[in-house]
Amino acid sequence: MQSIFKASVAALALGAVAAPAFAESHTLSGDLRIISDMSNPAPRAVMEGLAADFGAMHPELNVELTIVDREAWKTQIRNALGANPPDVVNWYAANRMAPYVSAGLFEDITDMYENGDLTGLDSVKGALTIDGRQWGVPYTYYQWGVYYREDIFNELGLTEPTTFDEEIANCQVILDSGRKCYTIGTKFLWTAGGWFDYMNMRTNGFDFHMQLARGEVEWTDPRVRETFANWRKLIDMGAFIDDHQSYSWQEALNFMIDGEAAAYLMGNFAVAPLREAGLSDDQIDFYQFPMIADVPQGEDAPTDTFHIPSGAENKEAARAFLQFVTSPDVQTEINSGDGLGQLPVNANSGVDADEFLEQGFEMLTTNAEGGVAQFFDRDFPAEMASVGMEGLQEFMVFPDNLDDILERLEDARQRIYE
Amino acid sequence: MTYVSPPPEARSRGWYKRNEIAVTPFLFLIPAVLFFAIYVIIPIGQSFWISFHEWDGLGDKTWVGTANYERLLFDDRKFTTSFWNNIKWLVLYLLAIPGGLFIALFLNQTVTGIRLYKSLFFFPFVISQVVVGLVFSWFYLPREGLLNAILAVFGAGPVNILGDPSTATYGIIAAGLWPQTAYCMILYLTGLNAVDPEQVEAARLDGAKGWRMLWYVILPQLRPATFIAFVVTIIGALRSFDLISVMTNGGPFGSTRVLSFYMFEESLSEFGFRMGYGAAIAVVLFFIMLGFIVYFLWSMWRDEKGAR
Repeated sequence: MQSIFKASVAALALGAVAAPAFAESHTLSGDLRIISDMSNPAPRAVMEGLAADFGAMHPELNVELTIVDREAWKTQIRNALGANPPDVVNWYAANRMAPYVSAGLFEDITDMYENGDLTGLDSVKGALTIDGRQWGVPYTYYQWGVYYREDIFNELGLTEPTTFDEEIANCQVILDSGRKCYTIGTKFLWTAGGWFDYMNMRTNGFDFHMQLARGEVEWTDPRVRETFANWRKLIDMGAFIDDHQSYSWQEALNFMIDGEAAAYLMGNFAVAPLREAGLSDDQIDFYQFPMIADVPQGEDAPTDTFHIPSGAENKEAARAFLQFVTSPDVQTEINSGDGLGQLPVNANSGVDADEFLEQGFEMLTTNAEGGVAQFFDRDFPAEMASVGMEGLQEFMVFPDNLDDILERLEDARQRIYE
Repeated sequence: MTYVSPPPEARSRGWYKRNEIAVTPFLFLIPAVLFFAIYVIIPIGQSFWISFHEWDGLGDKTWVGTANYERLLFDDRKFTTSFWNNIKWLVLYLLAIPGGLFIALFLNQTVTGIRLYKSLFFFPFVISQVVVGLVFSWFYLPREGLLNAILAVFGAGPVNILGDPSTATYGIIAAGLWPQTAYCMILYLTGLNAVDPEQVEAARLDGAKGWRMLWYVILPQLRPATFIAFVVTIIGALRSFDLISVMTNGGPFGSTRVLSFYMFEESLSEFGFRMGYGAAIAVVLFFIMLGFIVYFLWSMWRDEKGAR
């Protein structure tokens, strides 16, 4: 793995001229306007590098990059796609892109997948497919799972659990040692969605979870109740930190950094701040969410994407850019530890030599037979997701309100999916 | 009386010159009327129109009649919660008026450095609502917060004001009262400058002091200040958006939403873009505000008539 990575970095370092073959075939000219939401420091550097490299490959082309705040972009994209749209934009896969696809604002790029312009993307193609057509390309994705304090586990003589019973037994030991099992901050709700995704996928399987997301199953279904019953076992034990409804996910990291909580169900983006806070790789480790029922394991692996607005002016250059971003070498480079620190979407890319990326890649390629989900707020329609996550947060604080919550969600389901 | 024909130059004057007196006021009004129409009146009409549709802001609007209102008024618990929170805001926010009055009375004296004290009391109104929200949410933090540190001194248990649905709204209102009281205080301080010293002296000769002096002599003279304080406080209570957004984001589980925040969530937030439903909430909020606006206009009109 290490050598593959080094080789591809070396190949890139030789200069973009030596890289993809499509560069030579045709001269691109004019302006290429990109609006990106990669506003955090590391992603920003990656995006700026991508724009610069692509510009160097096409001297006639003027690449114009605008980076907007990631949170602000979630509402700004509507205006951006409306009048005078750019040529390339960032967005998210699955149901999150449905409003723009159905409004005809994203360009159909099915032909690029069919004519061989985009190779090695078969495994992630599904997340970009709506109504049997493809509407964009992924550029990165990351695993979810349980990040835990390895040193606390060692001190208490615990091992990574593979079943829910082991998980609960572990948790009891952790609680007895005066710590909490899991930190979580549900102030902005979505973190509770991660717990529900995993509890439901492990209790009822990936297919059931997707049926629920598509509105085909009632929220008051006994199988959904079983999911909540399993979740409640942990809540009743006191496994989660107190007052989690008052913290953001970043604030909740402190409990793990201070050793007051032993683990965190999170996406791989939690690793960077944990390292920055001074935890070494000997102190943090990762395990796949344990099995509950005997069902193939489904995993959350949210995918971030690039799209071409249908009103773009320079679609030719935009398509070339999409192809460039998803090519194996570029994928290896931008997802490396120096870049995004996430997983490359191209099957022919190398995964960076990082303990978490390697484990995540291994898990998603070999141990996610159930399927790969995007995340609660990307798989469920927007309104269902917001009502749902509010209910999940309430359940985590007042588990006794479950009947009321489920009835509310069921009302919402009947209205939203009609 | 003989008929005098208008001088020749008058007949040759243009239409505008002849109607100058009648027309000019309207000419001066045109810019204001135009902008008021474009930015206020027409959008109000559009909100009404949109509220009868289902619309995601991108595609075509679908006419749904009064369905949005039926769901809003009869079948939406979020709306009920938001509505009652608005009422709580309106009632409790009025505490800023007596609060401001008493601080103003207290500060209305000549002591060395009184200007400094006054500006310190006025300070919370100068800083942004967002900062006020942040400061108070730190103050309320369940473990590290100053409030719990103070409670611990008295042996009272830790409380999580913003995390408990039954107390969160009151916690935010308390934060909002801080700058609002300062605002009312400034209004009363200016009002107190205008109090007629001769009347005070006359009242004193008649033996009035303390509460009676305040109630029968000072307060009636402060009526204009009280009216303005009332207006800005009601408006402030109905605009209580930024504090909620910063301190709880409407949570925990939607217990601190007010109508304006709910409207924003439905129509413009990350998971929103249900424009029709958001517009229906806006229309309801508009009617609540209209009630107050009509009352304000009516009482101003009455005062002007009385003054004539």
